[in-house]
Amino acid sequence: MKLPLSWLKDYTDIEGISNKEYDARLTMSGSKVECVEYLGEEINNVVTGEILSVEKHPDSDHLVICQINVDKEEPIQIVTGAPNVTEQSVGEICPVCLHKSTLPGGVKITKGKLRGVVSNGMMCSFQELGLDHGCVPYACDNGILFLPKGTPVGVDIKAVLGLDEYVAEFEITSNRPDCLSVIGLARETAATFNRPLSVKTPVVKGCGENINNYVSVRVDEPELCPRYTARIVKNIKIEPSPAWLRERLFAAGVRPINNIVDITNYVMLEYGQPMHAFDYACLSDGKIVVRRPKSGETIQTLDGQDRAITDEMLAICDGSKPVAIAGVMGGANSEITDNTKTVVFESACFHGTTVRLTAKALGMRTEASGRFEKGLDPSLTLPALERACELVEMLGAGEVIDGIVDVCSADLTPKTMPFEPEKINALLGTDLSAETQKEYLERLAFKVEGDEVIIPSFRIDIERMCDLAEEVARIYGYDNIPVRLYAGDTTQGGLSSRQILERMVGDVCLSAGFDESMSHSFISPKFYDLINLPVDDKRRISTTILNPLGEDFSVMRTTVLPSMLSSLAHNHAHRNPTASLYELGTVYTPVLKEDGTVDADTLPNEEKILTIGTYGKFTFFQLKGLIEAICKKLNIKNISFTADTENPSYHTGRCAKVYSGETLLGTFGTIHPVVAKKYGFNTEVLAAELTMNSLFTCADPVKLYQPLPKFPASTRDIAVIVDDAITAADMQKAIEQAAGNILESVKLFDVYKGKGISEGKKSVAYSMSLRAADRTLKDEECDCAMQKAIKALEEKFGATLRS
Amino acid sequence: MKQQLETILSNAKNELSETQNARELDAVRVKYLGKKGELTAILKGMKNVAPEERPIIGQLVNDVRAELESALEKQGEIIEQAALAEKLKSEALDVTMPAEEIALGHKHPLSIVLDEVKDIFIGLGFQVAEGPEVEYDHYNFEALNIPKDHPARDTQDTFYISDNVVLRTQTSPVQVRVMENQKPPIRIIAPGRVFRSDAVDATHSPLFHQIEGLVVDKNITMSDLKGILELFAKRLYGEDTVVRFRPHHFPFTEPSAEMDIQCYQCHGEGCRLCKGEGWIEILGCGMVHPKVLEMCDIDPEVYSGYAFGIGLERTVMGRFKIDDIRLFYENDVRFLHQF
Repeated sequence: MKLPLSWLKDYTDIEGISNKEYDARLTMSGSKVECVEYLGEEINNVVTGEILSVEKHPDSDHLVICQINVDKEEPIQIVTGAPNVTEQSVGEICPVCLHKSTLPGGVKITKGKLRGVVSNGMMCSFQELGLDHGCVPYACDNGILFLPKGTPVGVDIKAVLGLDEYVAEFEITSNRPDCLSVIGLARETAATFNRPLSVKTPVVKGCGENINNYVSVRVDEPELCPRYTARIVKNIKIEPSPAWLRERLFAAGVRPINNIVDITNYVMLEYGQPMHAFDYACLSDGKIVVRRPKSGETIQTLDGQDRAITDEMLAICDGSKPVAIAGVMGGANSEITDNTKTVVFESACFHGTTVRLTAKALGMRTEASGRFEKGLDPSLTLPALERACELVEMLGAGEVIDGIVDVCSADLTPKTMPFEPEKINALLGTDLSAETQKEYLERLAFKVEGDEVIIPSFRIDIERMCDLAEEVARIYGYDNIPVRLYAGDTTQGGLSSRQILERMVGDVCLSAGFDESMSHSFISPKFYDLINLPVDDKRRISTTILNPLGEDFSVMRTTVLPSMLSSLAHNHAHRNPTASLYELGTVYTPVLKEDGTVDADTLPNEEKILTIGTYGKFTFFQLKGLIEAICKKLNIKNISFTADTENPSYHTGRCAKVYSGETLLGTFGTIHPVVAKKYGFNTEVLAAELTMNSLFTCADPVKLYQPLPKFPASTRDIAVIVDDAITAADMQKAIEQAAGNILESVKLFDVYKGKGISEGKKSVAYSMSLRAADRTLKDEECDCAMQKAIKALEEKFGATLRS
Repeated sequence: MKQQLETILSNAKNELSETQNARELDAVRVKYLGKKGELTAILKGMKNVAPEERPIIGQLVNDVRAELESALEKQGEIIEQAALAEKLKSEALDVTMPAEEIALGHKHPLSIVLDEVKDIFIGLGFQVAEGPEVEYDHYNFEALNIPKDHPARDTQDTFYISDNVVLRTQTSPVQVRVMENQKPPIRIIAPGRVFRSDAVDATHSPLFHQIEGLVVDKNITMSDLKGILELFAKRLYGEDTVVRFRPHHFPFTEPSAEMDIQCYQCHGEGCRLCKGEGWIEILGCGMVHPKVLEMCDIDPEVYSGYAFGIGLERTVMGRFKIDDIRLFYENDVRFLHQF
């Protein structure tokens, strides 16, 4: 909402208040001032001048040399090529940019020579002054702006054209439609600075006759139109509005059109009540019917568009057809034209939601609909209508027929609420006396009578004590409310055990040199193709967004893997030699209906997946080491790994599932080269996906101290030759089972294939660490354990001792 | 005899002082104290000494031996130290040569600040609550006093899954879920992802993070809201941070406010960062609307509370002077490694 401060001064006094103070105080009382702008900010050193003579330029066909009186001792000489400056222009008064002047858009004017003739500045057009044609209806479109006769010469152009004006731009919250008006903001201003507010009741003289002889109004949908008021004006003279009105509209950001349209806009800005003017001659049967459109009805709106309207909407109709879409826009069939003789002024209150939905359905949010949709005060229609008619008479734009049509089903009795100053203090933490609170409320047009507050009709947002508390607080000043740090019962803060575990997982990844990443929750369904998911893969069934920003953001991911690979690919594409990332990302698994389709009315399962990705640095077994480190940190026991040859996203020979006991914790391995290639890689990319729920289930928060060994360990190494297909895990298990409880640990330390080993075989070497808690082991005991291990390997895997 | 001993001692000391290394030192030791050494020879010759003189001479020999041994030890230390110094010298490194990188991982900047915020509130007795990101319309809107026909619900802002299910547009639905499941006193923050249908550019992202806060108990006032948020701002932005509370409107709080901090760049004078206003908006807050309490079966006549919501991305961008929100979701390591 743009508020010209000169307009504000019609209603309250802001004398002695600087713009900065105004801005700050209004912002702190709840009407946020975005900025206070000076309309003529960019226009400097431009004055009015009278053309004294126009001569041809000796060296140019299209340039002329003018002598211009700018009320200085000497006239100044200006060369111009403007088409409307001819010998007939002598005596015209126009804006003159003097030497070292500025115009909007950073334009600077200095003196110079045009084809050898000195020009001491420039005459300018209204466009160059940043004006709209509506501001200067007398101007020609193409050429110098000639001002009305009698304009004084040598004065600042800003004063002449209403640009010597400060305009405050407000950001008004949606609960305060009453503040989308000059009077509303004047009320807030007066309350904030504790100054008087003077709103006069409009006075309409009238010209006799009776409105009922002209028009009848019927409201078929009182729910959607609680109040409809109208007056009629005859003998209309359509002409431009006077300068003061045009200037105010322009300053408020509205284009001046003609006197009648301008009056409706002026009243809307001043009172916050949208108005509409119909050409009476276009209303068939002198009837106005407020009803839902019948099926198939259409209307051409003022913007020239043909609109299909439905019975979900509300239309203003005459005896036969719609002439306006209620609260949104008028129809072209009843538009005010230069030939309009009689006008119906409509000032009505329409149902906000209906107007909003209508405007949305038609894709035409207008200034009027934007106000109606927030909900307007039915008591406002009449004063606004009267103000419009007062302006008609003031401007001599027509004669107002006596009588008012007022179809009202709205309850106009003022709302009341109990006045509870103690409760207000209790909510705010203040200690304000009842008198002080009463005074604050009354500044805002509330009435406090005994223990009752009468709510002003325009405050549709006030429903409860807390609403009154806010009124008191903002006049008192939020900044004056005392500060208290802690009240109420003590509560035990902290992270949940799961949140602590998530931090621990992150800490392990960080200490291993992995960076934390974050990616979007919605992905393109094509991402599933990128990671090679088969067409019938369950993970392709995703929760789908009905109104996505585009296909790339259209489904909720069921796996973080493609996002992770995209992040790695971004790094790779930007020539980062290595990237190692982890993300604690949520996946969304939809709930399915019986027919296997997504049940979009039920929330999907949300689950966090620790997804790790790396290229250019770590190996498969280092990644495996990270997974083991995470398990160790979380005290997850009984870890085992099995090869996974089926996962379509991973290398068939380099992918493993990791378990704790029977619980699957996740999958990791080398990304399938075909997948990697789709992301632009021709080198190894590794990834891991671990389910946080499983990690949490298997984590054991209880860690107990194990006494440090008192006796030394002995080591025995075994090297055997086995079939290539025998896994390290199986062999290790066999050794562990065979060697008995003096085996402290067994470590694989060498695997060799090639020269000296037959094809299809491998040499595997283990180092056993043996120890007893209560004694130093004898050599025989150690040898015996080793022999048992060797025997087990021989029996189970046909291993032969490597000599 | 005595003189002989003194000569031995003085000769030995002289020779000792000449020694340069362990080998030479040992040679001196052998020469005087070895089996065939000069001092040993004197001891051996004791049998020729008159018996009555033997204790005196014996004492004398022992004194000389002790002194010699101590001199040997001292010289040994000197040699050892010289050798060590020599060794260290030979091992000297060009310390200006480049380091071998210890590649620690870097936490995401959003996590860095979020964890700080969590820790601040945990210290004030808050717990960290969570709620679903795909959320029922009821929790995201209706239970927050945003009925079906409210303008804030226009589809241009909200991603819909169905008529009843949306991607949450705010973390406020977690307030409702907590209040439904827990009776006061309630003190929680609820950080998380929220979604709005904003096209991606330098300052807009369809996905961003909010941190919701909620306190419900008896006798909670706006003073408490101001107290806790002012403390929070000082902890996050520094002790000299100046805050202001400005009236605003949210459907689920009344009275409502926005908290601004005085621009840390221009200190209120107005600059490009604060768009000339001198203040930077940090969060929205207010006293929980009684309708919201009622919908969660909490009696507003007995309990009151406050709530707040902080935009994480904006906070982090201000903190690290990051000018493009898209960087958060690209995961370029050159970006991540800066934090």
